[in-house]
Amino acid sequence: MIGILDLQGGVAEHREHLEYLEVGCVSVKKAEHLKGISGLIIPGGESTCLSKLLEIFSLKEPILAAHRNGMKIWGTCAGAILLATEIGGESPYFSVMEMAVQRNSFGSQMDSFTTEALVDGVDTEPIPLVFIRAPKIIRVGGNVRILLKMGDYIAAAESADALVTIFHPELTNNSAFHRYFAAKCGEAFAKAKLLADPGWRETSWMGSGEQSPK
Amino acid sequence: MQVAEGRYTINVQLAQMLKGGVIMDVTNVEQAKIAEEAGAVAVMALERVPADIRRDGGVARMSDPAMIEAIKNAVSIPVMAKARIGHFVEAQVLEALRIDYIDESEVLTPADEECHIDKRQFAIPFVCGARNLGEALRRIAEGAAMIRTKGEAGTGNVVEAVRHMRTMNRETRHLINMPLEEVTAFTKVNGIPYELALKVRDLGRIPVVNFAAGGIATPADAALMMQLGCDGVFVGSGIFKSANPALRARAIVKATAQYNDPGVILEASKGLGEAMAGVEIATIPPNELLAERGW
Repeated sequence: MIGILDLQGGVAEHREHLEYLEVGCVSVKKAEHLKGISGLIIPGGESTCLSKLLEIFSLKEPILAAHRNGMKIWGTCAGAILLATEIGGESPYFSVMEMAVQRNSFGSQMDSFTTEALVDGVDTEPIPLVFIRAPKIIRVGGNVRILLKMGDYIAAAESADALVTIFHPELTNNSAFHRYFAAKCGEAFAKAKLLADPGWRETSWMGSGEQSPK
Repeated sequence: MQVAEGRYTINVQLAQMLKGGVIMDVTNVEQAKIAEEAGAVAVMALERVPADIRRDGGVARMSDPAMIEAIKNAVSIPVMAKARIGHFVEAQVLEALRIDYIDESEVLTPADEECHIDKRQFAIPFVCGARNLGEALRRIAEGAAMIRTKGEAGTGNVVEAVRHMRTMNRETRHLINMPLEEVTAFTKVNGIPYELALKVRDLGRIPVVNFAAGGIATPADAALMMQLGCDGVFVGSGIFKSANPALRARAIVKATAQYNDPGVILEASKGLGEAMAGVEIATIPPNELLAERGW
C-alpha cells in the first residue's frame, strides 16, 4: 500500500497512476493514515504551504518515524524540496535526502516547460517531463545516485530509501516513475510492460463524468 | 500570434498544483510575507483590497508594477495580479513583468464592455470570474486556464459565491444528463461554445480548476465552498480587513486543506477575533454590484 500526502496540490493525479498500476493507495491526511504503508508520495504543490500544513496537522514527526522504520518516500517538485538537506539558505524540512536544491530556479510560470529524456533503469523509452516553477537539484551527497542530469542541474535522484523528481510524472501519460517507486517499495504492480497508459488524459484528475457535483 | 497548445496545458497544470490551497489578496510586501508564512498557496498583489475599492469608488485600474514586483521579489509562492476586463495592454504589461498568473477581474473597472481579453494570444496564464456555466466556458474558450466564482468581492458575504457555485453545479448536472439532441438548444440559450459543452459532458465538470472567490471571510466559509465542489479558494478582503490577519489566514488554510472534517473546522474557527464587517447584498445599489461586470 502506497500513501499520498493529501493536504494540498496534485494528489488525484498521483492516485490515478497508482490505480492504473493496480497498486493499493491511501490518502494521508492524519498520522494514523501512515500505518501499514510501504511508501509515501509527497506531491507537487507549493512547498511552503505544504510545510505549514505538515506543522498544522502534526505530521512531520510521524512521517520521519515511519521513514526510519522503512517507509520509502518519493517527493515530486515541491515534495523534493521538502526532502532536501539543503534549501538555498533556508532551514531544511525533512532533511532526509542528501542534496542541495534551489527553489523556483527556472523563474516564473512563464519559464515552465515540457521536454523528454531517457532515464536509464526507469524506462527503455524517453519519458515526458513537465517542469512547473521547478526547483533545481544543484548537487547530491555520496549516498545519492543521480538518475537524470540535464545541463547544469540534476532532475531526478534516489537514495536507498527515497526518490526525488523535480518534474511531474503525474502530469503525463507515462507511469514509469510510479512503477519504479512501487518496485522500490516492494509493491506488486500490474502492467509491468513499459508502455504509456493508453487511457490517460490531461483531465484524468477530474474523475469520470459519472460523479456529478453536489 | 497564437500561443502553442502545450503552453496552455502547462498553465492549466500550474492551477492543478494550487488545488486545495488558499490564494490571498495582499497590498504590500509585509502582507505578502504574512500570507506566505500562514501557508497561502499564492498571493494576489493589488493596491487596494476589494472592500476598499468598493468604499472609495472611482476607477480601479491595474496596480503599480513596482509594487507587484516588490511582492514578487519578497515571496517564493506564485504571484498573481489583476488586469481590467478587456484591457489587453494591462495584461501585456503584467506578462512583461513575468508574474505567474493574471486575474482578468471584475473587481477592477472594466476597460471594455463588449470584449474580454483574447487570452490565447498570451503565454502567461489567466484566471477569470464566472457566475454560471456559460460564463465559465466562454472565458475558457477565450483561453482562461483557471476559473473562479465571482461571488461579490469586498462584502465578506459568501452568499453570492454560493449562488454562483450552485448555479455552475446545477447547470453542469443538467448538461451532463440531457439527451444529446437537447445540447444544441441548451448551448444556444446559455451562450456556451458547443465543443466545450461536449467536453463538459465527457468530463463531468468544467475542464479547468475552479476556485471559489468573492465574500469568503471565515474558515467555515472556505470549507463550505470546498464541500460545494470548488478546488480551492481566493480570500480577498477577508484576511487583512479582519482583527488578526495572520491567525485568520492560517485558520482558513487549515480548514481548506481538511474541509470535510468538522473537527478540524471547529478547531480552526476558535478565537480568531473579529471577522471583517460584512455587507448585506440587498443594500448594495445594483450599479455597484461587481459581479455584474463582464458577461
